[in-house]
Amino acid sequence: MRDVAIIGVGATKFGELWDKSFRSLGLEAGMKALEDAKLSGEEIDGVFIGNLSAGRFIDQQHIDALVADYSGMATHHIPATRVEAGGASGGVAFRQGVMAVASGLHNTVLVGGAEKMTDLDDASINHIMDSTADAEWEAGMGLTLASLYAMIARRLMHEGTATREEIASVAVNSHFHGELNPGAQFKKAVPIETVLRAGPVASPLGMFDCAPITDGAAAVVLCPLEDAKKYTDKYVKVSAVAQASDTLALFQRPDITTFGATVAAAQKAYSLAGITAKDVNVAEVHDDFSVAGILALQDLGLYKKGEAGKAFLNGDTKVGSGKVAVNTSGGLKARGYPIGAAGVAQIVEVAEQLRGTADKRQVKDAKYGLAQSVGGTGSAVTVSILEAV
Amino acid sequence: MDVGIVSYGAYVPRFRIRPEEIGRIWGVDGKGMGKGLMINQKSVPGCDEDVVTIATEAARNMMARVPGVDPKDIGAVYVGSESHPYAVKPTASIVAEAIEATPDMTAVDMEFACKAGTAGIQACMGLVGAGMVRYGVAIGADTSQGAPGDALEYSASAGGASYLIGSENVIAKINRTLSFTTDTPDFWRREGQPYPLHGGRFTGEPAYFKHITSAAKKLLAAAGAVPSDYKYAVFHQPNGKFPTRVAGMLGFLPEQIETGLLTPSIGNTYSGSVPLGLAAVLDKAQPGDRIFVTSYGSGAGSDAFDITVTDAIKSYKRENAPTLEKVLANPVYLDYGLYAKHKGKIIMSE
Amino acid sequence: MSSVAREWREIPGRYNLEGSKCECCGKVYFPKRDFCPKCRRESLGKVSKHKIDRKGDIFSFSIIHEAPECNDFLKPYAVVFVKTKDDVLIAGQLVDADLDKIQIGMPVRAVLRKLDSDGASGVIHYGFKFVPDV
Repeated sequence: MRDVAIIGVGATKFGELWDKSFRSLGLEAGMKALEDAKLSGEEIDGVFIGNLSAGRFIDQQHIDALVADYSGMATHHIPATRVEAGGASGGVAFRQGVMAVASGLHNTVLVGGAEKMTDLDDASINHIMDSTADAEWEAGMGLTLASLYAMIARRLMHEGTATREEIASVAVNSHFHGELNPGAQFKKAVPIETVLRAGPVASPLGMFDCAPITDGAAAVVLCPLEDAKKYTDKYVKVSAVAQASDTLALFQRPDITTFGATVAAAQKAYSLAGITAKDVNVAEVHDDFSVAGILALQDLGLYKKGEAGKAFLNGDTKVGSGKVAVNTSGGLKARGYPIGAAGVAQIVEVAEQLRGTADKRQVKDAKYGLAQSVGGTGSAVTVSILEAV
Repeated sequence: MDVGIVSYGAYVPRFRIRPEEIGRIWGVDGKGMGKGLMINQKSVPGCDEDVVTIATEAARNMMARVPGVDPKDIGAVYVGSESHPYAVKPTASIVAEAIEATPDMTAVDMEFACKAGTAGIQACMGLVGAGMVRYGVAIGADTSQGAPGDALEYSASAGGASYLIGSENVIAKINRTLSFTTDTPDFWRREGQPYPLHGGRFTGEPAYFKHITSAAKKLLAAAGAVPSDYKYAVFHQPNGKFPTRVAGMLGFLPEQIETGLLTPSIGNTYSGSVPLGLAAVLDKAQPGDRIFVTSYGSGAGSDAFDITVTDAIKSYKRENAPTLEKVLANPVYLDYGLYAKHKGKIIMSE
Repeated sequence: MSSVAREWREIPGRYNLEGSKCECCGKVYFPKRDFCPKCRRESLGKVSKHKIDRKGDIFSFSIIHEAPECNDFLKPYAVVFVKTKDDVLIAGQLVDADLDKIQIGMPVRAVLRKLDSDGASGVIHYGFKFVPDV
């Protein structure tokens, strides 16, 4: 297996992009990544795209063909593959791309993630999101994805692992960073009172505990590490891509206050990268619901059980705190959550941090960065570790 | 062979509305109206309740009390109602599935205004008596409709009761039953129409009173009995006034009908009315108690029953399901807006 | 209109909490599985139908304010994870409960209610919901 490098990254602005179609979003992110890598595009010999549900959001199946076509790859008959893994679609697409290059089957691969959500009404969007949980026995019984995360939050609070304020502070952290990210959907810091007082969605979680509905796309270009220098001097090394699964339904698990798939993927990733959690300087975690941020830091081993909430509340997760900076992009909560794009956008952010191009959100001397992408309620998780070179 | 009631179960949704609240909307003295009808409040189904769910809950309560009865030994399930959720597609098959009586059985939905439940009991008695089935289930349940502003709106309510009819371990033997039926159009609902219409005062003398007194007198004569032979009497109760008056006309005393008279606290549950009244009596009944029952269904007919409670009720597991007293405890009161929502009276967007 | 068959084939689970039991290790599953994830191949052909206890205690809960369209009439409404008497965790709605009195550990039991329907003309889907077991 070959070592793999990220030689280019790109993302659209995230938000309610009324004048942008799925096609234009995907193309924009891809072109930015190619430009960043200083490639013309002809070098690309494989495309992977993370996408949750174009079939239902815009009535378009066969996204792989659409992307290949509109990115000009189809002219050269470059293979394109669409990847779906719930909210982890982007993370899994990235892993597929890395594996393709590492294996030697592909040399230069474009990994994209895109979702056009706002063409659909809110109720239908929520219905699609809910179907990333168990459609028959969770959503079909009247539960929503938000309510499932609320069950987790309730248990954390019941067991004394986190307080409501600590859970809310995950969103505060994301909004703090969102203000520093020009591409974020919400470029505004919020005080904890705003999160606590927001309208209820699924108690104990409210509006500000939930990631928004977002249009957007992100892309990265991969090549063998040994070839990276040929293209650019601002590349980063992919030290590990690990993926793990768990039951589709949350209620099938013995413990709902931990995502076993995150624990498993993290262990594998640290071992592949030859590091420990202590070595991580910056982390993008899947905060589609605030409470997930607490689970993430604990399951990734960045904090002990019961400590992650305090870290968020104390501001230890903010850039410049000297501790591991979490969701410097604004996370899913403030940067936005175009589902299939989210996992790839995390890689874009971590790469920017490691190569020192993260501007106002730059973490000083970041050496190792981690991205965690989650599908459903932890049914699929990827943990990727990038390294500055 | 003694054919009778082997078990029973009752269910009434927890929501209530008072007549004064209904009257407030229509500019009518609702309180006075309630007083005249002897209805203090009526039951209202939850937004996720209908005749299927009410009948199922009643039937499950019934089955819980006879853990020794294998539901597969039930050969017939009849659900009497005038508010079946489907015009075509039986309620009975859903209920039968829910109590796991399927598939070797017969099932059908019945409708005869307010007496379809007791008609089901008679049909089950026939099947059991003929040896065609070991047990039959007869359910009377409704989420009755009353047109907004109409007098019926003050009474039409929701609830039901379920009866397991058989010949083994009978807790209440049905000594005799007979019916009295004529073509009397006092109350009806045409196919596809949401609300029933009625003949106003015509629903009284030539309809309710004539049919109940005729059936009751014929049964008393056939049984060689007099009203004082019975500990309890249950008459169809579209309101509190009619059954009280008909009891007097037949020579029954207020204390005989008191236990089975639920209308003042839950309104008129239509097909559930007499089955629920009888359930309230069976909740209290002791061995040897004799019960006189006469239902009434508009259109019109009455089914009368002469019942004797047996010793088997002593070992009967009544405590395995809630008594009506418990079912009716802790109601939640609705205002008319919520009531309209519960009853699906609000036109929603597509 | 959603598929009639898709809902119909789930009736045993929806009405009567029919799940599965692995005859190899004795573990009980809900919803049903044809294969025991613990015993894997050994369990093939040895997983039998098993009804889950209708009674249990609340393990966790949430009050849903942002509801799917089919539950617009019920909101706000409670959803629960219930640990049944046979130690199986199940998800469902909790109805007929005072929302401010719901607590972890509260005893509940499953009843049959309407879950959804395919509009005014389509099929009605029934299934279990929980009510306080008082």
